[in-house]
Amino acid sequence: MAREFSWIRPEPWGIHVVPADCWIDPARPVDRALVTHGHADHARGGHGATFATPATLAIMKLRYATEEGAVAVPYGDRIELPGGVHATWIPAGHVLGSAQILLEHAGERIVVTGDFKRRPDPTCPPFEVTPCDVLVTEATFGLPVFRHPPVEEEVGKLLTALAANPQRCVLVGAYALGKAQRLIAELRRAGHRDTIWLHGAMERMCRLYEEWGIDLGDLRLVSDAGKQDLAGSVVLAPPSALNDRWSRRLPDPITAMASGWMRVRQRARQRMVELPLIISDHADWDELTQTVVDVNPAETWITHGREEAMLRWCELNQRKARALALVGYEDEDD
Amino acid sequence: MENFAALLDALVYTRSRNAKLKLLADYLRETPDPDRGWALAALTDGLDFPAVKSATIRNLLTERIDSVLWTLSREYVGDSAETASLLWPEPAEAPSPPTVSEAVDALSRMTRGNVMVELPRLLDRLDANGRYALLKLATGAMRIGISARLAKTAFAQAFSVAVEDVEEHWHGQTPPYAALFDWAAHGGEAPSSENLPLFRPFMLAHGLEDSEVDLADYAAEWKWDGIRVQVVHAGGETRVYSRSGDDISATFPEIAEALAINAVLDGELLVRGAHQGGEAGGAASFNALQQRLGRKTVSKKMREEYPAFVRLYDALIVEGEDLRPLPWARRRAALEDLVPRLDPQRFDISGVIPADDFAQLAAIRERARDDAIEGVMLKRRDSPYVAGRKTGLWYKWKRDPLLIDCVLMYAQRGSGKRSSFYSDYTFGCWDGDPDTGAELLPVGKAYFGFTDEELKWLDRYVRGHTVNRFGPVRETDKSLVFEVAFDSVHSSKRHKSGVAMRFPRISRIRADKPPHEADRIEALRALIRD
Repeated sequence: MAREFSWIRPEPWGIHVVPADCWIDPARPVDRALVTHGHADHARGGHGATFATPATLAIMKLRYATEEGAVAVPYGDRIELPGGVHATWIPAGHVLGSAQILLEHAGERIVVTGDFKRRPDPTCPPFEVTPCDVLVTEATFGLPVFRHPPVEEEVGKLLTALAANPQRCVLVGAYALGKAQRLIAELRRAGHRDTIWLHGAMERMCRLYEEWGIDLGDLRLVSDAGKQDLAGSVVLAPPSALNDRWSRRLPDPITAMASGWMRVRQRARQRMVELPLIISDHADWDELTQTVVDVNPAETWITHGREEAMLRWCELNQRKARALALVGYEDEDD
Repeated sequence: MENFAALLDALVYTRSRNAKLKLLADYLRETPDPDRGWALAALTDGLDFPAVKSATIRNLLTERIDSVLWTLSREYVGDSAETASLLWPEPAEAPSPPTVSEAVDALSRMTRGNVMVELPRLLDRLDANGRYALLKLATGAMRIGISARLAKTAFAQAFSVAVEDVEEHWHGQTPPYAALFDWAAHGGEAPSSENLPLFRPFMLAHGLEDSEVDLADYAAEWKWDGIRVQVVHAGGETRVYSRSGDDISATFPEIAEALAINAVLDGELLVRGAHQGGEAGGAASFNALQQRLGRKTVSKKMREEYPAFVRLYDALIVEGEDLRPLPWARRRAALEDLVPRLDPQRFDISGVIPADDFAQLAAIRERARDDAIEGVMLKRRDSPYVAGRKTGLWYKWKRDPLLIDCVLMYAQRGSGKRSSFYSDYTFGCWDGDPDTGAELLPVGKAYFGFTDEELKWLDRYVRGHTVNRFGPVRETDKSLVFEVAFDSVHSSKRHKSGVAMRFPRISRIRADKPPHEADRIEALRALIRD
C-alpha cells in the first residue's frame, strides 16, 4: 500500500501535487501553478498555467502582467486536475482573493491554508473551516506572545493620535496589498471620512480593490498635496518608505506601522516607529492553535514561520505534526 | 499604574530628547504624591525588591505555560518582563489596576515565601502594558534610555526650578522624594544637605572663540586632559563624582581614601606620567587614564601601574564654609592654603599661568601643544562659583585642533531627525602610496561638524556614490575627501589602523581634492603622543 499522503510532496520551493504535476505557490516557474493569494512571496510570474481565484488573478495581472495561461477558479468550484486530483479554492480571510486550497485524491483530503486569519476583514470573505486529513498551515505568528488585540482598539489609537496632533500627520507604514486597504476600510468603519493620502506605490492596488467593490472613500496621492493638506491627515506608505527621503516632505509625521510584529517593543523600535499598531492579516497564536483544533486533521504540516513553537504545541496536545521548511516566504512586512 | 504604564510605553517609542523631557515633565506635574516619587525612583535608580527577581518571573510563568514555549518566546522577545506581560493569561474580569504606591507597597511586603502567590494577584489586576510596567518596576531593569540627568532636567522643567538646584537637593533624598516634591511643587523648604557627601553642580565654561580677554580681569590656568571630578568629604565619607554627577569613588579608591578634611573640591583626575607638563611628577596622556575608567573594581596592579591623582582647580566648600559666593581670587587663596594639608601623592594644585598680557599667553598656549594638554582656562578673578555655564565668567581656550585629510569610506543612517539621512561617516587614510595600489584603512568616524545644508549635500552624495549596502550602511566609491579635525590621536590595539582619534569631526568637505591626495596613515601615526 502506498504511504499515506505520498501524492503530495513538500519541496523547498513549493508543494508538489504529484499526480497532477501541479505546484502550490511555487518559488520558481513551473508548468502548472495553484496560487493561494497575490502576495509576492506566494504568487510569481512566469508559470505555464496559473490557477487562482478571479481576484487573485486580477492582482497578478496588475503586479506581474500574468494573463496568459490564467485559469480563474471562483471560491467553492471543485475543478478536476490531471491524475485524478480535485481542487477547490476556499476563502482564507487573508487579503482580497486569498484562498485555502483543498486537494482531494484517492479518498484523502489535504488543505493548504496559504496565509490566513480568523478575524473579520471588511475587504475579503472570512476563513472557512474545512475538515481534512492533512492541514498544511502557516505559522508566521506561531509564538504564544502573539495575540493581536481587536482591530478597533488599534484604529482607535491611530485616531486618538491624529486628533491630539492637528499640526502633524500620522504616517502609517502598511503592506501595499491587503494591509493598506484593510486599514483604510477599518478607518472608514470607525467613522473617519477625511481624505486619506497615499504613497504612489499604493495607488493602483487601492483602485483595484475599489473595482472589486470595496469602498475606500476619498483617496489622494501625497505627490498632489500641498503641505497644508497633510497636517491632521492619515498618510499611508509602504514600510520601506517610512524613514526614507520620501517622508521628508510630510509635516512632522508621527511614524506608525500596522503590523503584527508591533506587539513586540523591540521590533517596533528597530523600525523607528513611534506609534505601533498591532494589525495583522495573519492568524495569531490563539487563531493558529484554534484552527488546528477546529479542523482537527490527522496531521498538521507547518510551512513557514515560527514552526518550533507550533510543533511543541502539537506535541503537548498529542497531535501529529511536522515542519516543512519551505523557503522564500517572507513575513517581515506583515 | 495605567498612567505610569502609558509613560513607559511612550518613552520606549520616543527618540527625541525634548519629547522625552516633555513626557516626563507632564507626568511629574500631573501625578499625585507619592506615586510620582516612586515612578521617578523606578525610572532612575531603580527600586529594589529582594523577593522579586528575574528568576521569579520565569518560575511564575513556567508554572503556567510549558517551559519550552516560555524559552522560545523569551528568546524571540529578548526581555523577560515583556515576555511575561504578553504571555500572562488575560484576567476574566475587567482590570482594576493598583496605583504605583499600592504596587510598590505590595511588592516591598512580598517575601520569597509568598511571592509566587502575591505577585500573580497584582498581575491579574493589569492589562499587558500594565503588567510590563509592573514587572519592570519590580525588577528594576528599565533600560529605556532615561539617564539620571534627563530625569532631573525633566523634574526641573515640570516645576520651573533650576536644574542645578535639583541636582543639589536630589542627593541624599530617598524615594518617594517627599521633601523634594514638597520643595519644587509646593514651595516648601529645600531639603537640607549638611553632613552628607553630596554632589554639587559644576561650574562650566564657554568656548573663547575668536575674542580676547584682559588678563587684569581674568586669570589663566592650564586645562588638563583628564576627566573633571569633584571630591567631597562630609560626615566621615568621601565621594568622587564625575562631571555628570555619577559616583566613581569605587573606580578611584586611592582618591576617596586620601581626603579626610570636610571639603568639596573641583579638579582634574589624572594618572601620573611624564606627558603633561613634561616633567617628572606630571600626568600621563588621556590614553593612560582611559585604562582606569569604567571599572567597578580596580586591581592593585592597576593602581600601581596607573596611579591616579587630582589636580585641583577650585574649592567650593572648606570645613563648613561655603566659598561659592566668594570671588575666584578668594577661593583660590583658600585652595592654596588647603593644598599643603592634603596628601601630596593624591592632590596637587593646577598652577596659574604667569602671563602679562594676552599675546604672551597666546604664545605660551601655542607651545602647550607639545605638552599634550588640552588648552587654557580663563577665569574672571571676581567670579563666584555658579552652576552651569554663565556668560562672561569662565572661558576655555582649547588649542587649535589637529587636521588631516581623509577619504569617505562608509556612511550610515542617523537616528531621530536624521533617520532618513546618511549622517555618520567612516573615513580612512591611505596605507601606503595610493598610486601604487595602496588601500584605505578606516581611521575614525564622525557625525558632526557639518551644517544642515552640507548634510543634505552629503546625503545625496552618498546615495549617488554607493557601491555596496550592508543594512543601514552604505559603502561609497571612496571619491570624497574630508578635512577631519580632532583633538589628539592615540595608539589603539582595538582598531585595525592602530590609532584612535579623540573628538573627530568633519572640518571641511574637500570636494575639490582628489582622493589620492588625502593623507597617509603615517601622517596620523606621527601625531601620536602616548
